[in-house]
Amino acid sequence: MAGASNETARRIAMLRDMARIRAFEREAVAAMRAGEAPGVVHPSIGQEGVAVGVCANLRRADRITSTHRGHGHAIAKGADAGAMMLELHGRAGGCCGGKGGSMHIADFTVGMLGANGVVGAGIPIACGAAQAIRLKQEEAIVACFFGDGAVNRGPFLEGMNWAALYRLPVLFVCEDNGFAAFTRNSAVTAGGGPAVRAEACGVPATVVDGEDVLAVDGAAADLVARIRAGGGPQFLHAKCYRWEGHTGTDAAAYRPAEEAAAARDRDCIGRLRAALEAAGVAATEIAAIEADAEAEMASHRAAAMAAAWPDLGAAFSDVQDSGAPAWPA
Amino acid sequence: MARMTFAEAARRALAEEMRRDPLVWALGEDLVQGGIFGQYRGLAQEFGAERIVSTPISESTIMGAGLGAALCGTRPVVEMRIADFTLCAMDELVSQIAKVRYMFGGQGRAALVVRMPQGMWRNSAAQHSQCLEAWLTHIPGLVVAAPGTPADAAGLLKAAIRSDDPVVLLEPKNLWTAEGEVPDDVAPLPFGVARQAAQGDAATIVTWSACVPVVEQGVRESGIACDVFDLRSLWPWDEGAVVASARRTGRLLVVHEAVTVSGFGAEVLARVVEALGPAGLRAAERLGAPRAPVPFSPPLEDAMRISPARVADAVRRVAAR
Ligand SMILES: Cc1ncc(C[n+]2csc(CCOP(=O)(O)OP(=O)(O)O)c2C)c(N)n1
Repeated sequence: MAGASNETARRIAMLRDMARIRAFEREAVAAMRAGEAPGVVHPSIGQEGVAVGVCANLRRADRITSTHRGHGHAIAKGADAGAMMLELHGRAGGCCGGKGGSMHIADFTVGMLGANGVVGAGIPIACGAAQAIRLKQEEAIVACFFGDGAVNRGPFLEGMNWAALYRLPVLFVCEDNGFAAFTRNSAVTAGGGPAVRAEACGVPATVVDGEDVLAVDGAAADLVARIRAGGGPQFLHAKCYRWEGHTGTDAAAYRPAEEAAAARDRDCIGRLRAALEAAGVAATEIAAIEADAEAEMASHRAAAMAAAWPDLGAAFSDVQDSGAPAWPA
Repeated sequence: MARMTFAEAARRALAEEMRRDPLVWALGEDLVQGGIFGQYRGLAQEFGAERIVSTPISESTIMGAGLGAALCGTRPVVEMRIADFTLCAMDELVSQIAKVRYMFGGQGRAALVVRMPQGMWRNSAAQHSQCLEAWLTHIPGLVVAAPGTPADAAGLLKAAIRSDDPVVLLEPKNLWTAEGEVPDDVAPLPFGVARQAAQGDAATIVTWSACVPVVEQGVRESGIACDVFDLRSLWPWDEGAVVASARRTGRLLVVHEAVTVSGFGAEVLARVVEALGPAGLRAAERLGAPRAPVPFSPPLEDAMRISPARVADAVRRVAAR
């Protein structure tokens, strides 16, 4: 049946994206630990289903805003993983010319308006992007990813009210991995949490199992359709778990090992793999997809280590046109 | 040429830019109602609620949405109501708007204007009277413009709207109702070009924003012929004109409404000394506010204010050394 095989192909594509994100981040964490990728890396391993399930419903013209934990969002939106790996290594050819690093990954060619080092900062930016889309009468929407920690910042309240007020085409995605850095977010969040807060501002909220990519995909499909039909902003609260520490070097000693182990048993990739096998996809085909992802990212990492450093002039470029900095004498 | 107020000149300039480019739009509190100084009066009627947007009191989102809208190809005019409220949107201005182009390797540009009416105005007291211009000049990525006449209010606003850099436009609250001659067809002004308001060999006087008319009057009252420069923009600023004049006069006075300590006058003076050498000036002085908040009571506020008389005294002091 053509419909079923289309659906299977779509799911295989989602599996491939999740596998690529995981492989990318495994290489990124290893590179950070080895001292090859400077600075800090925030892995989203275990959360891939949220990025992929949402972005599977986006078009190239749609925009996303992202967070410090944004590799998955970028790859799921179609960013060039090789250029991202170069960026993480601070090398020439990086997607930001080596000037952004992991926390500022962006790829405007695919509508990825940037990861952000400031928690919650993407929310107002997403609102404005949606206003511009409307002013220009573009057929596009904005997906705005943020963590559960962002709901305690002021821009969250401002942005929910703003998006609802102007009925903006924004899908807010609260990626709730349970932790805000080293603190369990429930320990510092009063009241009913993200969905209740969004609804209080008039943004309809849906709660979904973020470790089930098919559930995320289904929910996002529904919400995106409503947004495209002019229904105004929608909110998706995706519950998941951060397998790794806050950064690539955080051992996450502040939480019980059994809790993290249980999350690994709920692996979003493993669940989709099982669903595909049950639907008759050969285990060897799936294994090949995963092996390809690992090979791709390993080669990106090797290429990054072999790549040149940026030309030093880049440090002084793209500041501003009027009053640009001069090279030091 | 027509005589009009600062607010009217700015209003006309914005209307002309909005007619010229349909991607120019404005967002901020109470804009549909004309803005608190009348600088948006009538624009909502002409351009509609999609382009003159009255927003909630959400400064972070006013600023941040301006950025998002700029990244998607429109040219937002971001209204902060008064400069003091920018403090509620400092992350969006300093860590987002000023940085996006650089940290994304040139992929996106924050081509927007942030209008910040600043300074003392009718006994508004400590939270509604600040001049924080020096903070802004410190931030790589921002252009900082500070008109002191109605004509420049129009020319700099046009330049700011057309600029691909983010421009902070510091509009002096105290001058909204001041009148001046404005050309019928105002051209955008280049940034970093001072206006020489008077000529003379006795000293070089540098000022901007609300102090421009005060300094012009003070110099006239002093009876001493000086070079007077209205910088018009603080980053970039017209170092060349100021240094050339100071080299000739050997005397420098910088006058601004902001607190003197770490004010932009310190930068002007430092650059002149770097250019001329430590012995290059016979006299140098900064005239600004004491390092105190602005008080409410009229006589107390006046005690903080730069007046023509204080400028005239300073000019005499500097010229006599
Ligand atoms: C405004 C701000 N405050 C603090 C930080 C430091 N910080 C970086 S990530 C983080 C935790 C954010 O938690 P959450 O939003 O849930 O995202 P997660 O890290 O779980 O993906 C913190 C506190 C920051 N980057 N920005």
